[in-house]
Amino acid sequence: MATATQTVRAESFRLAGLRRLFGSQEAVLLGVILLLFVVVGGINPRFLAERNLESILLGNAYVAVAAIGMSMVIVSGNIDISVGSLIGVLATVSGSLAVAGAPIVVSWLVPIGISVLVMLVIGFMVAYLRIPSIVVTLGMLSILKGGLISATGGKWISNLPPGYNLAQNELLGVPLPIYFMVGLTAGAAVWMRYSAAGRAIYAVGGNAEAARLSGISRERTLMMVFAIHGVFVGIAAILFATQLSIIQSTVPPNLELSIITASVVGGVSILGGTGTVIGSTLAAVLIAAIGSSLIFVGISPYWLRAVQGTLILLTVLADLLRRRRRTARR
Amino acid sequence: MSLANDTVRTRTAELLRGLLFRHEGILLGILAAALIVLALQSDRFLTVDNLLNQGRLMAEIGLVALPMTFIIITGGIDLSVGSIMGLCVIVVGYSWKNLGLPLEAAILVTLATGTAAGFINGWFITHVKVPPLIMTLATLALYRGLAEGISQARSVRGYPEWFFVFGQGDLLGVPTQLWILLVAIVVAWIVLARTTFGRALYAIGHNEVAARFSGLPVDGYKLAIYTFSGFMAGLAGFIFVSRVSTTRSDMGTGLELDVIAAVVLGGTSIFGGVGTIAGTTIGFVLIQLLKNGLALTGVKGDATIVVIGTVLILSILITNFVQARRAGER
Repeated sequence: MATATQTVRAESFRLAGLRRLFGSQEAVLLGVILLLFVVVGGINPRFLAERNLESILLGNAYVAVAAIGMSMVIVSGNIDISVGSLIGVLATVSGSLAVAGAPIVVSWLVPIGISVLVMLVIGFMVAYLRIPSIVVTLGMLSILKGGLISATGGKWISNLPPGYNLAQNELLGVPLPIYFMVGLTAGAAVWMRYSAAGRAIYAVGGNAEAARLSGISRERTLMMVFAIHGVFVGIAAILFATQLSIIQSTVPPNLELSIITASVVGGVSILGGTGTVIGSTLAAVLIAAIGSSLIFVGISPYWLRAVQGTLILLTVLADLLRRRRRTARR
Repeated sequence: MSLANDTVRTRTAELLRGLLFRHEGILLGILAAALIVLALQSDRFLTVDNLLNQGRLMAEIGLVALPMTFIIITGGIDLSVGSIMGLCVIVVGYSWKNLGLPLEAAILVTLATGTAAGFINGWFITHVKVPPLIMTLATLALYRGLAEGISQARSVRGYPEWFFVFGQGDLLGVPTQLWILLVAIVVAWIVLARTTFGRALYAIGHNEVAARFSGLPVDGYKLAIYTFSGFMAGLAGFIFVSRVSTTRSDMGTGLELDVIAAVVLGGTSIFGGVGTIAGTTIGFVLIQLLKNGLALTGVKGDATIVVIGTVLILSILITNFVQARRAGER
């Protein structure tokens, strides 16, 4: 009898666990990615060729890396729309340093330092001067974008020294950017889930007043979030700058939207307080895979953004319905 | 006797300070300073011809900034306006050239498209409860994608002469679209400041739950303003085509940032509940005059974006600072 109850309880526990697993945004995204690969691979097997899979991951690893930092910023209840412009500036700085003869490591590390500095300035204005982050970063977007184009005229940087192109390296047959994407995602996910500082981000984003009463400093947490975001954006900029043999010294169009979209589709609530970076990385992969699949299915690439937009909408709707059903069950 | 005199004097001083320390007052100060400096720098700046021409360029941002003010006052946002404009622009060209509609009908179809696009935003926001930022981020991609998909990157030219009246013509010596903008400003001002509907928008922005419990038709009003925003983006798109004589699917890219910058510069709080049409009007006039004046004094186009970004952040900083000091005095 007792064992029967235990079995039932274990059973229901296992079911709850399964439900939690399959009910999460991460699982939904993984399912959609697999479905996409099966369907598109069925229509055109060349989609599943190793070369294509690699190029899907490779070309978008930097979006996923930047989306990790963005997810932290959004979880903390803020947003950063200057990130695309900043990546443009950092890539240009890095390329210019390398061409000017600076040691290669310096041309990789200096942009990351600049990125952290810029983010600390933004963080200071958000945390201590209490200007809404959307306003600060909107202003910063203009300053960085305008500054970059008027300083360089949008010219191309070429003749990069040998050894500079970090993102073109491979380790054990796997391109380096994929290690960055997977490693940084895993590290950030564990840190956000288990460390006190990581949990503080959720606390500040979920309920700033409650966080304050529990002794968490809103200001210090936000400064930390923006500084870490700066590190991820810096790394993303280096991956972006070193993937091709030339750097165009302009702002990649709509990059901030791709990054924010990856975070939001990945399940980070724009209202703050919830979401994980595993979701945002999966979403970045999904969006890239959709872009690639259109070509293999024979749809004009001009429909790409319409398909992406529909997908974002469907993911968000599915998430909302799921959450509503869960609250109704309670 | 002297006591009464003193009271009058203090009241006048109070009134003056009230005006001076309001955000609009500070902005007017910046606007006046900018006008004087720019007029001293270039004798081509403060001429009737130049200012009227700037009015022509300003109309599109101005028309979209009015409904955006309503939306931000309720605590919402509409990132899709640039894409709605792009879609509408394509619909004018496509339904006229490819579907063979008379141009008059094509214009009506365009305005209907903009209205429908805004209605879809509003319906999902009010009935499915998708947060405005996410909904309009998704439709930013979706509507632009539809524009790209329908047009397949082909532009439409060769409009008849009468069509250019709206974007290139004059009425009593003043550009046609400036008349449209003036009427729109007056109507928006009356609606926001003098009607129950307008006051309800502030109530929604301050406390949506309280507004709901007070029996205000919150969902109906929000649906109305997002629909209005779509309509105005369509109207601005049609004027844009008439001004530049061509249609391309990338028209209006980034419009949302210019519009939001103008509204926020005008003192509308991104948190909702605060904002005026007068402030927004000063906001987009200031941005246009800065762009033009700096260009005339020899500053390159892209460097002017830097100035606008700086002015945006500074104006919010100054207002915050002044209001914090005033709150401290009390």
